[in-house]
Amino acid sequence: MRIAWNTKNRALAFVLLAVHLPVVFAGFFSPNGYATQNRNLPFAPPTKLHFVDEAGHFHFRPFVYESTEAGSASNYQESRVARFPVRFFVKSAGEDSSNSGSPQLHFFGVEQPGLIYLMGTDGFGRDVFSRMLFGGRISLTAGILATGLALSLAIVLGVISGFYGHWVDTMVMRGVDIFLALPWLCLLFAVRAVLPLHIRTTETFLLFVGIIGIVGWARPARLIRGLVLTAKERNFVLASRAFGASDFHILRRHILPQVTGTLLTLVALLIPQFLLAEVTLSFLGLGVGEPLPSLGNLLAELQKYSVLTSYWWMYCPAIALVVLFLAYQWTAKTLQDEITEVTL
Amino acid sequence: MLRFGRRILHALLVLVAVSLLSFLLLAIAPGNYFDEMRLNPQISSKTVETLKVKYGMDRPWPVRYVKWMHSVVRGEFGYSFAYNCPVGSLLWARARNTLLLAGLATLLAWMVALPWGVLEALHKGEWLDRAGTLLTALLLAIPDVLLGLFLLLAAARTGLLSAGGMTSTNAGMVTTFEQTRDLAIHLILPVVGLALGLIPILVRHVRSAMVQVLEASYIQAARSFGVGKFRILYRHVFPVAVNPLLSLLGLSLGTLLSMSLLMEVIMSWPGLGPLLLEALFARDLYVVMAGVMLSSAFLLAGNLIADGLLYWSDPRIRAV
Repeated sequence: MRIAWNTKNRALAFVLLAVHLPVVFAGFFSPNGYATQNRNLPFAPPTKLHFVDEAGHFHFRPFVYESTEAGSASNYQESRVARFPVRFFVKSAGEDSSNSGSPQLHFFGVEQPGLIYLMGTDGFGRDVFSRMLFGGRISLTAGILATGLALSLAIVLGVISGFYGHWVDTMVMRGVDIFLALPWLCLLFAVRAVLPLHIRTTETFLLFVGIIGIVGWARPARLIRGLVLTAKERNFVLASRAFGASDFHILRRHILPQVTGTLLTLVALLIPQFLLAEVTLSFLGLGVGEPLPSLGNLLAELQKYSVLTSYWWMYCPAIALVVLFLAYQWTAKTLQDEITEVTL
Repeated sequence: MLRFGRRILHALLVLVAVSLLSFLLLAIAPGNYFDEMRLNPQISSKTVETLKVKYGMDRPWPVRYVKWMHSVVRGEFGYSFAYNCPVGSLLWARARNTLLLAGLATLLAWMVALPWGVLEALHKGEWLDRAGTLLTALLLAIPDVLLGLFLLLAAARTGLLSAGGMTSTNAGMVTTFEQTRDLAIHLILPVVGLALGLIPILVRHVRSAMVQVLEASYIQAARSFGVGKFRILYRHVFPVAVNPLLSLLGLSLGTLLSMSLLMEVIMSWPGLGPLLLEALFARDLYVVMAGVMLSSAFLLAGNLIADGLLYWSDPRIRAV
């Protein structure tokens, strides 16, 4: 199970890093806090980066102007009085809620008291770019943790079911049947219905991962069971058994190594799927609550007619989501080509 | 035929298991409709208690389950607290709308995906195939939520299609023709949204099924015998390639139902989706139960139909 380190796969690794790094280090890459409001600037369009000032001088370091409301609401223009140059590796004043009051190093920012909103602001004057990064972090963490949970369940149940067979196998597979007989959104709804509606955000998040993980184990479990069934009939496994190897030894040394390739591919397939589950639940208002951002939350804003039609920068998180999905799709395809074909 | 009877029995058993499982889940759920009611200062606690007894919510869950099963047999599916009527009467109209939407979307998706997949398979490796694969990859990466939103945006921008709802509010429509036309206009957006979500999945499967058959040696033999291109396609490829697609039909129904619930909420189509979501927020548990049961019944029925079709088309299965 080796993956060729050729140009194409290097490009893939680069894309994956480029997608994940800003999200993982959201506090560093975002210029503003995700909950920092600027009530004077609701729905401000993205701040323009300038190189040439009023006098026509070219500046090597880009700068921004201050946005001010012109006449009617949410109609902005730049006041060209003062320039605020963009600086890299700046320390924030430490007032944003994303960290515990200590000053945070940011990748970029503008000189105080200038403000930079790369993707504009939402209705509360919060930076969409920063919210997107923090939201991506929450959604992605949810996806990855849920995948971990679902796969652990699937491995344990699938391996036991495939390896020991008989009534254990029958029981587990009937369970799979039940879980597969429900459309997954319905199942999510049903499990969500059990849990209290109003709970603290961190609890919601953990519950969430639990829900998605519990709902998602069935299909991978069936797949793994099938693999184990064929794996345990291979001659070297039979030989090992004939030499008196214990069940545990056979599982660990002979069965699991045959499954790992598929597991890796499964991870690449499941993470976007579970991330989507999080996005869907949050979109419907059943998931991560304000002011905490998640990709689903950010999309939910688009349900308002005025936002949908008037503020194009609010689509940026949506486009980021598509890019993330494309990256995962590419990963899954590469793994399928290099290791094993997996159909869910 | 015996085999098929067993499948039906199995599906029914699964359905009962699903109902038991979801009933248990809802029974252990902390808080219910009456707890929310207690928060309302205008309702006395005595009224709440009376209502609780009236709806049988003070009994242990096995008793409620049996009672619920009785009402299912009568076609009532329990009693809705929020709407104050049997759930069945709420459900049927909504279920009809969901089925209409899902059915039309399935039809449209297959009508587009079949020729598309076949074309890709016939031109495997050429630019047509590559462009098609790229397009499916892109479509696959756009979540259903976004598809719905983009369609809504397009509708809002152009003003051509009515976005949201199922009928217009103007009372001028009397003739059946006008009513149908109005319904059709409202159907376009959700149906297209659903179909767009389903098409990339179908195209991939159609393509791989076709490619597999096209590369078989008996097709090569037929070609070398000088059998015409179309005759090979219709006589030798399709009958074989159709089998995996038939089982896909059943599987795609499950995906479609989930997608449909979501799309209904986005497009405010009066189907099961919005009903279920509202019930979830109101903790109107029997409505949630009924919605879950009904959609899993649809899914199982879809699988059975696919099985039946497979049985009809594949002689190897009939022989077992």
